[in-house]
Amino acid sequence: MSATTSGKSESESRSLFLTLVRFRELSIIIFILLLIAIVSINTPAFLTIENFRNILLNISILVIVALGQMMVIITRGIDLSVSSIIGLVAMMVSFTVVAFPTLPPALAIVLGMLLGAILGSFNGMVITVGKVPPIIATLGTLSIYRGMVFMYSGGTWINSFEMPDSYRALAKAAPLGLPNIILFAAIVAVIVYLFLNYTRPGRDIYAVGSNPEAAVVAGIPVQRTIFMVYVISGLLAGLAAVLWASRFESAQTNTALGFELQSVAADVVGGVNIMGGSGTVMGVVLGAFLLGTIENALIMVRISPFWQLAAQGLLILVAVIVDSAIRRRLEQLGGTGDSS
Amino acid sequence: MSATTPDNVSTTGERNQQLRDFFLRWEWLLVLLILLVIVVNSQLSPYFLNTRNMMRATSDFMEMGLMMLPMVFIIITGNIDLSVASTLAMCASLLGFLHIQGVNIWVAAPAALALGVLAGALNGFLVARVKLPALVVTLGTFAFYRGMAYALLGDQAARGYPPEFTFLGQGTVGAIRLPISAVLFIFFAIIFGLVLHKTAFGRYLYTIGNSEEASRYSGVQVARVKMIIFTLSGFMAALAGIIIAARFGSTRPDVANGMELAVITATVLGGISIFGGSGTIIGPILALLLIGLMRFGMGLVNVQGQVQSIAIGLLLIFSILLPNIARQVSRRGIQLSRNTAVAAVVFIAAAGFFIWFFLWTRTLILAQ
Repeated sequence: MSATTSGKSESESRSLFLTLVRFRELSIIIFILLLIAIVSINTPAFLTIENFRNILLNISILVIVALGQMMVIITRGIDLSVSSIIGLVAMMVSFTVVAFPTLPPALAIVLGMLLGAILGSFNGMVITVGKVPPIIATLGTLSIYRGMVFMYSGGTWINSFEMPDSYRALAKAAPLGLPNIILFAAIVAVIVYLFLNYTRPGRDIYAVGSNPEAAVVAGIPVQRTIFMVYVISGLLAGLAAVLWASRFESAQTNTALGFELQSVAADVVGGVNIMGGSGTVMGVVLGAFLLGTIENALIMVRISPFWQLAAQGLLILVAVIVDSAIRRRLEQLGGTGDSS
Repeated sequence: MSATTPDNVSTTGERNQQLRDFFLRWEWLLVLLILLVIVVNSQLSPYFLNTRNMMRATSDFMEMGLMMLPMVFIIITGNIDLSVASTLAMCASLLGFLHIQGVNIWVAAPAALALGVLAGALNGFLVARVKLPALVVTLGTFAFYRGMAYALLGDQAARGYPPEFTFLGQGTVGAIRLPISAVLFIFFAIIFGLVLHKTAFGRYLYTIGNSEEASRYSGVQVARVKMIIFTLSGFMAALAGIIIAARFGSTRPDVANGMELAVITATVLGGISIFGGSGTIIGPILALLLIGLMRFGMGLVNVQGQVQSIAIGLLLIFSILLPNIARQVSRRGIQLSRNTAVAAVVFIAAAGFFIWFFLWTRTLILAQ
């Protein structure tokens, strides 16, 4: 009961937790290296800086959305509405920049994040105040927000030639050597890392996810924390929306359709526990990188495009099964102490 | 601890009673909504109360219904199956693939059913034996099975099914032209209902949903039950795939894209708790009818399919939100602290800004 013993067991469990996490990420890295080794034996073009850059370019948006999704999943929730938020925000921001071609791209980004955060706050309200289970609430807003894209645009879309140059260049320009979109993803990853590990609201996210009852007792504002993660997830989806419209130079009614499950897949492959409580930025980045590498490798070894989705799905399954086997083994090795 | 035990027993008894009352009321609410939709729609469109139109519209929802029945079982145990629409597509694509290869359609159809059983069994194996979360497993097979559909058919569509096969999807029975698929749905709904509410297996589903641990200790073979329900889900998805292929007269690998979420929506709207352990078979059937009538009515007054889904999404959220809010208010009254007032003002301001911006920027482009 004394403060010293509880502090000790906490630090013990934390160090155990840390070694587990380190092992988890190692398994993804090994998987990636194995894949790279196998593919590059027959396909020398695979192991080039150019191709590596290509993979990073392709996963940047996924990383941004999957990091928001991770924070939601850590609190034992899920945000299925991210794809529709991307679709709606991409359409609204694209309409705005077409109407005001002189709008600075930085403002377009801010606008996208603001709209995304508002859409996320609707999710947060329904979940925290209305006590609707997250999977139901965001399943509902998945179809509501997607329907709003149609209502907003009346079925029309924004084409590349309608967009101002500054907006199209936003994602692709490379003033710092790497395309902006990769830098955006890197900055988001660093900020989320610092937020989760070095700030109180960030730590609260883990506390709420690993034991909600204990978090209440410890005086952590559980409802506020849960509300916050949906706002952040919406905000990051809004950022992703602007980058999406800029990168693909269009905003369509079906933009990002199905992306919600891809973001969950990146998290799951990256070792985020779907039951909540654990997940790291490093893991999610590696998970997205693994998915990107798989996709790229399948193209490089010229597997028929019609087989690519099947192979991708199969590899996700394999990664998840292998990962769970490793996790179970680790728990057996480390789980000799108290198992509360 | 011991002092509170008798108290607990009485409250759980009470809660069960309340729960039963609630669900009784829930289904009545669905019936009321259905009546409301019928009255409103028959005022809006003279074509609504036409049985022939209605029967034709019915067949649009029967594939969903066939997949919804096992989904009820799965969600009652506290699991979920995201792969149903992909399984449907894979099985329909196998059917189409075999047909293109010249295989007799009455050989291809059982093969498609067998593939569905296999697909469901793989889900069941990974959930029940490997003990992975159902959400993760079926998310993986969601991509894998859909991918197999593309692998089988590529970018072509399978067509030219013989008329005695398309009759399965397009044919009708009796004077009111009840679609064959509706007959199938009614048949399976009765069977699933009887199994759920009249057999030990049905009771196991509820006990697993309430506490997997407790049911394991009381001798329920949890893994076997899970294996069975996921396999059943695969079988029903394959059946739905055959019906949909027969109805369209062709198969494309992207068939039923996104239908898994529609199936889950109908199930949950029907009062099956997403946490498992409660619900009846009647609720989801009523919910399916409600969704079908709403979409049919909105279609008649020319509301786009995608805009219709706004109404379905709102219905899903408010069906759970409103009872929750009512319960909170009746329990504690409305507490207006300074913080909640500030939060409410900020929230209303944000929502107002969003709506204004939505309407304003829309007119900027569309007015051109």
